[in-house]
Amino acid sequence: MFSWTTFWESFIPLLWAARFTVLVSGLGIVLGLGIGALICAGALSPWKPMRIFAALWVSFLRGVPLLVQLLLVYFLLPVIGINVPALVAAVGTVAICASAYISEIWRGAINALPRGQTEAAKAIGMAPLSQWTRIILPQAITMSLPALINELILLVKASSLVSVVGILEITRASQAQAATTFRPLEVYLAAACIYLAINLCLAGVGRWLEHRMAV
Amino acid sequence: MVRASSVEIRKVNKFYGPFHALKDIDMSIAPGKVTCLIGPSGSGKSTLLRCVNFLEEYNSGEVLIDGELIGYETAGGKKMSSRRLREMRRTIGMVFQQFNLWPHMTALQNVAEGLIRVRGMAKSEAEARAADALEKVGLGDRMSNHPSRLSGGQQQRVAIARAIAMEPRLMLFDEPTSALDPELVGEVLSVMKALAAEGMTMVVVTHEMGFAAHVADKVAFMEQGELVAMDEPANILHHPEDPRIQSFLRTYHERNSF
Repeated sequence: MFSWTTFWESFIPLLWAARFTVLVSGLGIVLGLGIGALICAGALSPWKPMRIFAALWVSFLRGVPLLVQLLLVYFLLPVIGINVPALVAAVGTVAICASAYISEIWRGAINALPRGQTEAAKAIGMAPLSQWTRIILPQAITMSLPALINELILLVKASSLVSVVGILEITRASQAQAATTFRPLEVYLAAACIYLAINLCLAGVGRWLEHRMAV
Repeated sequence: MVRASSVEIRKVNKFYGPFHALKDIDMSIAPGKVTCLIGPSGSGKSTLLRCVNFLEEYNSGEVLIDGELIGYETAGGKKMSSRRLREMRRTIGMVFQQFNLWPHMTALQNVAEGLIRVRGMAKSEAEARAADALEKVGLGDRMSNHPSRLSGGQQQRVAIARAIAMEPRLMLFDEPTSALDPELVGEVLSVMKALAAEGMTMVVVTHEMGFAAHVADKVAFMEQGELVAMDEPANILHHPEDPRIQSFLRTYHERNSF
């Protein structure tokens, strides 16, 4: 028999644990956007070493599973004498991993802009900084919104992986809850509801933003 | 009357890798004159036009605007500073085949943008000037529309307004009507005619032989990177001596007759 009581009661510990899910994915995307912008600038730089660095960054971080990256960071940092709280290591790793995808999203959006857009700006004598702030970025950011929301939703779900370094987010909390109640179905269903609710909200915000920024 | 520039092109060569796109081009355009560049596609006319404002970097020779070399500090020397190049480009308007309006801005913002960012004008003054320019091309009632809400002909007229608002002394047109539906060509050409009548120096890459015949002071025919001939419109379009021009015009007439 499905126990509605267990199902509803599971929400209390799981919602409490959701603060780590939100924290890790939220900070992950914010820092990831910043680092991703720098990596994207590197990838588009006229300076070859920067382009190589950006290409290596993207290749490694996209090519190695986030789970392995988390374990590497968690076990590697103490070896080289850096002791940071697990949460900091987790957020940092998620952000860096996300930056690889985000930089590619932005590079794609910027490259998708027709060359005529900047040629028109150059032809009237517009300086490079204005070309970027007035012509390129406003369009590239709007174009990249759907892909960025996608990435954020992926991050919310990927944040369950940070449980391996001992952070009690939704998935880890539901495992613990399932073990104490012996009712895994009810507990995991509650966890699924919470993930779904978070992601539906994000998708809604994304749609709203897209609508607002559309021309 | 506008203060119009002269253009002097001397021995200009342009290569794309091994491909010789412009071969020793010499051309002289007096202030206030309209020059049409015609010829088959791939003949180098757009490339030549784009060398005039250095959107395309020529490899050797000289392009002089009012006697001043554009793109290089000295002929065959190193490139001029990007700041100096930007200053020179301010007085050279350009209109593109694909309009290249900025889709995230209204017509008014498209025209005002350069005045604000490049000429350093206050927003209110820039918008007043932009409104004047849009009135001039007959779009006073479409200022708050985004480009996606305008027809091709209207978009191209906004693009012309964007260029003339900067008070250029030379206007470059790169196939301005080639992307337009036939019934929209006329409105763009009439704006260009009005501009020519004001005494603007204009260089126009075009397939509109009627415009070339009636408005141009000189017509230049190019083929395979060479300037074959440059002369009064009648001498090129009606009594061409060169067999290459005759063959080009024959094809043109065949295509346009029914």
